[in-house]
Amino acid sequence: MTYKQRIDGRGFDEARPIEAKVGVIKRADGSAMFKIGNTWAYAAVYGPRNLHPKFLQDPQKGILRCNYNMMPFSSSGERVRPGGSRRSKEISMVTEKALLPVLDLEEYPNSVVDVFIELPQTEAGSRCAGICAASMALADAGLNMKDLVCAVSVGRVADKLLVDLDYSEESYPNAPVADIPIAMMPNSGKITLLQMDGEVKKEELMKLLEMGKKVLTDIYEIQKNALKEKYHEVEE
Amino acid sequence: MSEINVKDKEISVPGETLATGMDILPGIGTYRNGEKIVANRLGLAMIEGRTIKLIPLSGRYIPKTGDTIICKVIDVGFNGWRLDTNSAYSAMLSMKDATSEFIARGANLTQYYDLGDYIVCKIVNVTSQKLIDVTMKGPGLRKLKGGRVIDVNTNKVPRIIGKQGSMVMMIKEAAKCNISVGQNGLIWIYGEPMDELLAIQTIRKIEKESHMSGLTEKIKEYLEENRRKN
Repeated sequence: MTYKQRIDGRGFDEARPIEAKVGVIKRADGSAMFKIGNTWAYAAVYGPRNLHPKFLQDPQKGILRCNYNMMPFSSSGERVRPGGSRRSKEISMVTEKALLPVLDLEEYPNSVVDVFIELPQTEAGSRCAGICAASMALADAGLNMKDLVCAVSVGRVADKLLVDLDYSEESYPNAPVADIPIAMMPNSGKITLLQMDGEVKKEELMKLLEMGKKVLTDIYEIQKNALKEKYHEVEE
Repeated sequence: MSEINVKDKEISVPGETLATGMDILPGIGTYRNGEKIVANRLGLAMIEGRTIKLIPLSGRYIPKTGDTIICKVIDVGFNGWRLDTNSAYSAMLSMKDATSEFIARGANLTQYYDLGDYIVCKIVNVTSQKLIDVTMKGPGLRKLKGGRVIDVNTNKVPRIIGKQGSMVMMIKEAAKCNISVGQNGLIWIYGEPMDELLAIQTIRKIEKESHMSGLTEKIKEYLEENRRKN
């Protein structure tokens, strides 16, 4: 069976509908929401604040600590067991590494910036949604950042190259699938996250990166507008 | 040629190119990347002659020498007190900076400032590792008795104080409250419960609408409307 058309009728280089909002959690120093299709991510940033345990402190610069968490009934399959798992630990780590290149925490030695990413519902692409939300929340928290970070997944189903795979595509049963989440600093075009699940040819990967970059520029605009909107209210 | 991409007082997000050209200078909150001047944080772009700077709109308090802040006593040691500064770092108030009274060796320091007390103090030194020294010697530096403490966005403190303290003076008079504003975003309010409430509501209003022009007038009206008639 060949894969001719996407199940939800989108174009192959089209992302799901995106919605973003900044300042959704009042008690946090910075917060943001990022929805892409049925994947929803909320990010809250606390800090810079006092870091304990003390041995984690770095006297040269502040550290970033990310926490990715899928809520128990967020996915379409089985209940996700609450609390950390091997998977969430990995994603927390890659999120941290995707965000660190833009952050400048040298002004905050011995302290920590905590990022909590919660996903009330997911349908693939959750780490990308989490990174998008977290980068907006960090900007909202007033930290020094060189750039924002935007992320999207690209991939291949059968012989078709696509952008922003949803769950039905990621788990497509009748053909080989590749899923590649990428995160990028939109202004410099540098990539901060690139993972791969499945196999693609080198030429395909290059093509996918190009397709991804196009969508990421759109995501960047959405993030930018969401950030400006929050403070626009107060400006008028 | 050089070109400025933002309007004065426009909101800029990190990574946004504010201007291009070597004859424009990057101010606070911006950095130069080749020809471009790029925003380093979220803020309000201000164009001042040839420089572009960003006024921060959000973010935690960063301790600075000379700031008068409101702190909470979190620990009492042998020769001083440790204070929570509403930032990532705690401050140290040593015995000799606390009072000009003679304190005998081994005296119980809680009789001066006890755990949980709020005090107004001034930062005398901040090291590169953000160790903070504060003093209680100076006009208006004291222990706060009674009242309540609220926290506001640090970046809005200048608007709450107003030019030469005009805004806070206005609230004090209208709400019949005693108010102390710390640079770290903590505000102490003392008065009758209803008066305290009005003061808090007014401060929250300033915090929310701090970017509007004619704010002082607006707050004046608001206070006129809501002040307790007696």
